[in-house]
Amino acid sequence: MTKNPDLLVKLNNAGANISSKWLVRGVSFELFKGQILTLIGPNGSGKTTTAKMVLNILNADEGSIEIHTNKLAYVPQKLNIDWTLPLRVADFMNITSKISNTRILECLKLTGVNSLMYSDIKNLSGGEFQRVLLARAIAKKPELLVLDEPVQGVDFNGEIALYNLIKDISDQLNCGILLISHDIHFVMSSTDHVICLNGHICCSGTPSTVTKNPAYIELFGEHSASTLSLYKHHHDHSHGSDGSIEK
Amino acid sequence: MLDEFFIRALIAGIGVAIVTGPLGCFVIWRRLAYFGDTLSHSALLGVTLAFSLSINISLSVFFVSGIVALLLLFLQKRTKLPGDALLGLLAHSSIAVGLVVIGFLTFIRFDIMGLLFGDILSVTLTDIYTIWGGGLLILVILYLIWKSLFAATVNYDLAAAEGMKPDRSNIIFTLLLAGVIAISIKMIGILLITGLLLIPPAFARNLSNNAQQMVVFSIIGGIISVVFGLFASLEFNTASGPTIIVVALILFILSMFAPNRDIKLKK
Repeated sequence: MTKNPDLLVKLNNAGANISSKWLVRGVSFELFKGQILTLIGPNGSGKTTTAKMVLNILNADEGSIEIHTNKLAYVPQKLNIDWTLPLRVADFMNITSKISNTRILECLKLTGVNSLMYSDIKNLSGGEFQRVLLARAIAKKPELLVLDEPVQGVDFNGEIALYNLIKDISDQLNCGILLISHDIHFVMSSTDHVICLNGHICCSGTPSTVTKNPAYIELFGEHSASTLSLYKHHHDHSHGSDGSIEK
Repeated sequence: MLDEFFIRALIAGIGVAIVTGPLGCFVIWRRLAYFGDTLSHSALLGVTLAFSLSINISLSVFFVSGIVALLLLFLQKRTKLPGDALLGLLAHSSIAVGLVVIGFLTFIRFDIMGLLFGDILSVTLTDIYTIWGGGLLILVILYLIWKSLFAATVNYDLAAAEGMKPDRSNIIFTLLLAGVIAISIKMIGILLITGLLLIPPAFARNLSNNAQQMVVFSIIGGIISVVFGLFASLEFNTASGPTIIVVALILFILSMFAPNRDIKLKK
């Protein structure tokens, strides 16, 4: 059998445990180039653990994991930078690879934080930092992008813009995106494949099939089944990160 | 004018400062201050071993500190004790074992003060070769692992995910730290080496807004401390190690009044 050249990640019954407690097990999925795969699920359901197994930060204690690329970029859920380390945004963009200043500026502009290029990381707000993290990951032009709640702490309008950006990036770079998100609206409107986790895979499939699945409805409640049609939002203008109006 | 032994001490001291600067920055960034302390305490055992087996002091210190460092990395994964308790355990048991061994070495006259606080009179030509040779090797290795180590310092997960092999550079860095202690122990002494690792980078932190700048400033701060410290120790007939550290402390205090750089201490 020949391997599909677009295959980036393949998990087969993967699981991880810590001190004989299973964090997650029995996870199987495939992720292809140009695809957005989303993990949803309640707190402690193993979303981040699954992402860390894909990234080889955690070893799978059972099952197998295949990764067919080495161009990875990661936006972690939590990232604390020690204040003793003087680090400007531009330097941070470069920590795992060498990226030209033009490319850095271009990507910071995409996430709306180009004015912060030479600010110290510690002086950024939570939302600004999150935008920098996303810009850094995009700047690497990855084939596989793992985003663990990439828009946490970002203001409402910014959230929409960033989610649209993520969608664009997957088309532009033709990269596979593994996304962990609590934003059911985005997940259901823009992603290709949804996996609903709760220690194991509860249900999975395209957004429209998942929302009809009884396991999904039980986990997220009746109302979230109807979110598919909910997400319609229009502005005749948009705002820059400093509040200025852009066309 | 200047005695020969003093020029030797100057050359050796400047060599030490050039190496402790960059490594000390990582010690601060990674919150390893007590780790440095533990390694230097274990150096006492290394020195006594060197005397009893009559082998090279730096080599034996590097050997013992290196083992203690790896032991710590191992214990951190294997025991349920917190890191600081493990550090204390290793630091005090190795210094205790070192002192007990000294007790048995009655056949050797031992300058324990020189060992604890450094002795400029004792710096030989061999020491200079050890410091500059070993120091150069340490800096070259640090340069090679810089990217990976720096990424791991910013965030372990990010570094691991994006293929920077943080575990490997962590272990190498730990051994480099043992190395820098081994080469500088004669100049500064066991008790104060961590001071030279920490204070010049702390001084540099107040003056810099990026990592490279901080490394350069801490090297400069270290060199100033060594040069002024050695002259002062000659002038006032004080032990070289403490005098160097006092100068470093004065530099640090002055740096706190530096005109407003981006970040100050967090309130």
